[in-house]
Amino acid sequence: MEFPSGLLYTKDHEWAQAGGDDTVTVGITDHAQEALGEVVYVELPKVGRALKEHETFGVVESIKAVSDLYAPVAGTVVAVNDAVAGDPSLVNRSAYKDGWIMRIKLADKKALESLMDAGKYKAYVETLK
Amino acid sequence: MAKRTALYEEHLKLKGKMVEFGGWDMPVQYSGLADEHETCRTKVGLFDVSHMGEVRVRGRDALAFLNGLVTNNVEKIKDGQAQYTVMCYENGGCVDDLIIHRFGPEDYFICVNASNTDKDYEWIKNHSPKGVSVENVSGEYTQIAVQGRHAQEVLQKLTDTPLADIKYYWFRQGKVLGKDAVIARTGYTGEDGFEIYVPWHAGPAAWSALLDEGQKFGIKACGLGARDTLRTEMKYPLYGHEIDKDNNPLEAGLGWVTKLDKPDFIGKKALVSLKEAGLKRALVGLKSRGKAIPRQGYVVESDGKAVGIVTSGTMSPSLRVGIAIAYVERPLSEMGANLDVVVRDQRVPHEIVETPFYKRPY
Repeated sequence: MEFPSGLLYTKDHEWAQAGGDDTVTVGITDHAQEALGEVVYVELPKVGRALKEHETFGVVESIKAVSDLYAPVAGTVVAVNDAVAGDPSLVNRSAYKDGWIMRIKLADKKALESLMDAGKYKAYVETLK
Repeated sequence: MAKRTALYEEHLKLKGKMVEFGGWDMPVQYSGLADEHETCRTKVGLFDVSHMGEVRVRGRDALAFLNGLVTNNVEKIKDGQAQYTVMCYENGGCVDDLIIHRFGPEDYFICVNASNTDKDYEWIKNHSPKGVSVENVSGEYTQIAVQGRHAQEVLQKLTDTPLADIKYYWFRQGKVLGKDAVIARTGYTGEDGFEIYVPWHAGPAAWSALLDEGQKFGIKACGLGARDTLRTEMKYPLYGHEIDKDNNPLEAGLGWVTKLDKPDFIGKKALVSLKEAGLKRALVGLKSRGKAIPRQGYVVESDGKAVGIVTSGTMSPSLRVGIAIAYVERPLSEMGANLDVVVRDQRVPHEIVETPFYKRPY
């Protein structure tokens, strides 16, 4: 299971990658996709939507299960990955790259400080086993 | 703590993902749900269904007793034959659905749902007359389902019983690996196949031998996840979804096993009244026209008005589209009708289609 450094993580198993322009790219972690199994549907948020921290912004579904997606930090949706809507298996095959879900413009840069780094998230996942 | 079947260690060896279901620790999947589903549809799949309960009913009046307890006509089956049926409450709601195996005129072996085993046993026991013995023998059996087009070839390696002679919904009491076994041509997948009942402790050996013999056919262990998608594609009812105490067999599409013309049985009066008054709802198959997937509990709408509810919904691994089983108001239940399923805040168009959703090609 991969836990790339440089990314930030939440207890809801989302990752966030800070860009250089107050934007953050968001996806679900390798652990999340593995737990879900084959992803067959992704519901994306609308561009322009303002999200509060921890607000539900979409879902990922496997054949059997529906999982809500939660905003890691507050912000406004500036882009969504239409490719995963067309081919949801991207989330399984490339959770940290091609399987990204949305990009948001941060409401408050400092909000990122509350997220876990790779080491902390890895340790957190260990506690779930 | 959840109970474990005799095959628990086998599931761990196969890296099964264990979950609690009906009070049992069961594998929900091993290699992956879609893969297991397809393996069963195209080759052969192996399922641990030991969580299912078994009740033995014996005695001179066993037949008359059972016939007064279930909706189907038990008098119609012969020694070696099995019958699917429903057991109702007085008000017509379902206690459970069952398979009754006739061992002999005074000896019946009933397979019941895992989560209902104690309830069913109590129900049967409490209604039994003097001279009829009712035993909960669930702990004595490991039940394994071998399902798929190669099921017979695989199972035949473990038994001298000529499997080709066993017709659908018939069974034999024979041997599997030299141990007493009930070998029934039944299943819950829509494929050809068998459900075998072997002594509890003989389970692991039978399981391993079936995996070994099935190897050349591409056999795979399948979890409860695949079992559920396979049965949903067949529109087979599942207790807690399509049937329960609040749903009756007539509206559940089980009129074919509800013989209102036979002598009295528990629930008959209520069912006759329901039928005479006109059934309110029908259980239909819905196919999504969109990408979103219908799920249990989602509301079905027609022109923005709630007209039904989804009882089971999934992405169909065989059809690669969302499918649902749903109760809808009877006047709206015509084939080809367009209805919406409300998925979160969106109305997703669905069509009522013929079921089963999937028909096997052999």
